[in-house]
Amino acid sequence: MKAAVIVFPGSNCDTDCEHALKTVMGMDVQMVWHKDAVLPKVDLVVIPGGFSYGDYLRTGAIAKFSPIMDEVKKHAERGGLVIGICNGFQILLESGLLPGAMLRNRSQHFICKHVWLKTESVNTPFTSQLKAGQLLNVPVAHGEGNYYCDDATLKTLQDNKQIVFTYSNEKGEVNDSTNINGSRANIAGICNAKRNVLGMMPHPERASENILSSWDGRSIWESLLNQAGAVAK
Amino acid sequence: MTTTTVEKKITPEIIKAHGITTDEYSRILKILGREPNITELGMFSVMWSEHCSYKNSKPILKLFSKMNAELPRQEALLVKPGEENAGIIDIGDGWAICFKIESHNHPSAIEPFQGAATGVGGILRDIFTMGARPVLLMNSLRFGDLKQTITQRLFKGVVAGISHYGNCMGIPTVGGEVYFDPCYEGNPLVNAMALGLIRKDEIVRGSATGIGNSVYYLGAATGRDGLGGAAFASKELSEESHEDRPAVQAGDPFMEKLLLEACLELLKTDAVVGMQDMGAAGLTCAGCETASRGNSAVEIDLQYVPRRETGMIPYEIMLSESQERMLVIVKKGREGEVERIFDKWDLHAVKIGEVVAGNDYIVKDNGKIVAQIPAKALADDGPVYVREEQKPAYLAETASLDLSKIAEPKDFGAVLLKLLGHPSIASKAWVWEQYDHMVRTDTVLYPGHDAALIRVKGTNKGIAVSTDCNSMYVYLDPYRGGTIAVAEAARNVACTGARPIGMTNCLNYGNPMKPEIFWQFHQSVLGLIESCKTLEIPVTGGNVSFYNESPQAAVFPTPTISIVGLIDNIENRVPSSFQNAGDLIFIIGETKNEIGASHYLMVEHGLQKGVPPVLDLQREKKLQQFLIEAAAEKQVNSAHDTSEGGLAVALAECCFKSEKGLGAVIDGLELIRGGDLREDAIYFGESQSRVIVSVNSGKKESLIKLAMKYDLSVLPLGKVGGKELVMDKLQVSVEKLKQVFDSTIPAIMES
Repeated sequence: MKAAVIVFPGSNCDTDCEHALKTVMGMDVQMVWHKDAVLPKVDLVVIPGGFSYGDYLRTGAIAKFSPIMDEVKKHAERGGLVIGICNGFQILLESGLLPGAMLRNRSQHFICKHVWLKTESVNTPFTSQLKAGQLLNVPVAHGEGNYYCDDATLKTLQDNKQIVFTYSNEKGEVNDSTNINGSRANIAGICNAKRNVLGMMPHPERASENILSSWDGRSIWESLLNQAGAVAK
Repeated sequence: MTTTTVEKKITPEIIKAHGITTDEYSRILKILGREPNITELGMFSVMWSEHCSYKNSKPILKLFSKMNAELPRQEALLVKPGEENAGIIDIGDGWAICFKIESHNHPSAIEPFQGAATGVGGILRDIFTMGARPVLLMNSLRFGDLKQTITQRLFKGVVAGISHYGNCMGIPTVGGEVYFDPCYEGNPLVNAMALGLIRKDEIVRGSATGIGNSVYYLGAATGRDGLGGAAFASKELSEESHEDRPAVQAGDPFMEKLLLEACLELLKTDAVVGMQDMGAAGLTCAGCETASRGNSAVEIDLQYVPRRETGMIPYEIMLSESQERMLVIVKKGREGEVERIFDKWDLHAVKIGEVVAGNDYIVKDNGKIVAQIPAKALADDGPVYVREEQKPAYLAETASLDLSKIAEPKDFGAVLLKLLGHPSIASKAWVWEQYDHMVRTDTVLYPGHDAALIRVKGTNKGIAVSTDCNSMYVYLDPYRGGTIAVAEAARNVACTGARPIGMTNCLNYGNPMKPEIFWQFHQSVLGLIESCKTLEIPVTGGNVSFYNESPQAAVFPTPTISIVGLIDNIENRVPSSFQNAGDLIFIIGETKNEIGASHYLMVEHGLQKGVPPVLDLQREKKLQQFLIEAAAEKQVNSAHDTSEGGLAVALAECCFKSEKGLGAVIDGLELIRGGDLREDAIYFGESQSRVIVSVNSGKKESLIKLAMKYDLSVLPLGKVGGKELVMDKLQVSVEKLKQVFDSTIPAIMES
């Protein structure tokens, strides 16, 4: 499987994604500078976490103007896979590839810790190897991960089963006490209607190896690899 | 606080306003052979401030280098203290680590968010200036009583500032320590430590060599912020200090992230001769230090310096401490490469001068010389003072602790909960959950263990780091407190299975002009050295921060120690908490009748008195060797040292920090008892060189054998299991212990 990791000024999870996909999962990974006008031919585009442009305006608000983002949009329109993680999710929202917006965490603090995610949809190329309702232990690290959308959008997301992950606890309960940042409907990750673009605040690349505190994030990469294998066949 | 016109005649008032003494001014006249102009006077004042010149501490700091020279394994110390921006130690297989700790106390007292943030920015630049990629941050923070709203404001601001800068840079803040004591009221300590990885053959020096090579200015534009910050950091804080606000710099971590990536990319080419960040004393320091190290002369013209404010005069440009700036010496003819890389990152890269013949630092403005000073005189030949010392009077009073007057507690369980609920001991998760402690995906032991541990990708190696100082010990016995600070930080590292290989220190004290303060400083440094010598840990450098006084009094003498350790195979790492029900618990090391200087005495009896526990360094060394061997041979499932709060607090931590909330039944205290040993000393005393380990029941014999090999006391204390911590005099559920430990700080900060 071929993947491109987009590097913006201020990206800081780019090499973590490269390590997880290339060294750990064995994908063919290229780093692509945001000023590049051409996206190499890849199956998957990763928009990594970080503080693109320092997040001085709104998180992700300036990155959407980078030349490469037009290419990423075209890639998505062609049905190519895109995953935006943390700041990458924020960039996907700002560039309109996914609906909604991010607000500051309810606590007003940056939060870095392991959380439980409940898999709400396995009908995506990113979650095909998971079981419905499967719980994943994956870390978050963000100051603005409080997902917001209007009622109509939320209804669409729910009706189309575009909510992929929610914040839960180790028992799989999803309620206000398990909502770490105040997101609407405990949303941790959503996909687009075509299901080829996923945005999520938690960091699966930080939970992809046995030596780290969890390796539950691997199942997302395994789903993608499995998907690619199926296409190749 | 400073004058700003170039033509101004130098008067005694102006000299005094620059913090320059009459003797120092005579020295300046002798160096120049004439009167300085205002720009030159300003340059001398910042370079000869305590912060940059260490004029009051040099004779004492030299003792570290002397100690280093007597250690075995000299060759591992690749860059020695004082040589460069940070020290470097070889870790094998072509890799080296570069690390340093530095204070940002005074700026944080005035403007906690920016003060702490720029403290992080400054220490990171010290690391990547050497060509190393920073891979972790740590910090040591000290505040007044957390019940005070002013303390809460400072604490909140400092944590937010560190979080803001470190998180944005994408460098994990993997741990540290936070203490609260009234002595830090109004004068918090903010010490930031950074560590970077570098290939041994890619170390960059901060020197300007090669006549004709270009001097480049990289990074952010220069403004009036932080004007004279180094001189500001060398003054006691007073009520008026809050008017010094412009002396505090403003940080931009995004700019620094770009600067980091651009500099490391630039260093991949071999176009760079030398590199030096512009931190304290800004362009003045960077220019004269690179020239001095290179035995050369540097000439710059200020007309090329990028600015973000108009109307700046040479004095202001030379003294500005605007952040995120670098000075780089580039090989002649290779300038295009520098400009291309910096253009990619949208950063300034401007040629501002050249390396020229001679020994002077020559500053021009539009071709006209505005300052010309022998670089070495400015950088290295500042005044050095041997200050008066006197043993403080308070020690006679604090040392007299009559144990017979201290009643044993009635309810040991209640005392344990009280200790766990003291903000200095309670969980700091509220702090470190605001720090991204896992970015880079190398953090293998998170904050909350005895030491943080990161892996080195592409190798089996791990690097453990602990930052520590029990300043109450140092206050009550500076020498012994100094020895314990090193021993404990090294013990923390050894608990993970890593071998301590280097130490950096941040020495925080009051006004050195006061003989009692200087005595504290000298004695505690002697203590640090004694420990490093016995434990064979080289010192790579650090920083001195004097004048940490509020209107009331000086802070406790606080030599913050960071010990870095190396574990050859990270798979052998040892966590600090219990792992499996049924494992056997042992205490290694002897428990003595020592409650002096303990947190128990402070929290339960309201006394900061007595003398700190005795430290036998030979025994400490054996204990650490034991821990390293036990880890390498996979003998132990957990290892945790006893520190503040003694055995009971350490056992409680082993329980509730375990993933499963494992309890423990301790039925072996009878083995510790004997003679006149008090019960409170057994539970809460802080005898040194003790570690709690847990082992598989099948490994009992081999553990005892290993402990005996190192001539250490080893006693079976009990067994892991259940949901409670049960000792003879207390029985508390792990859930309750954890609840008190976890909720204390959030309850205060989120109310």
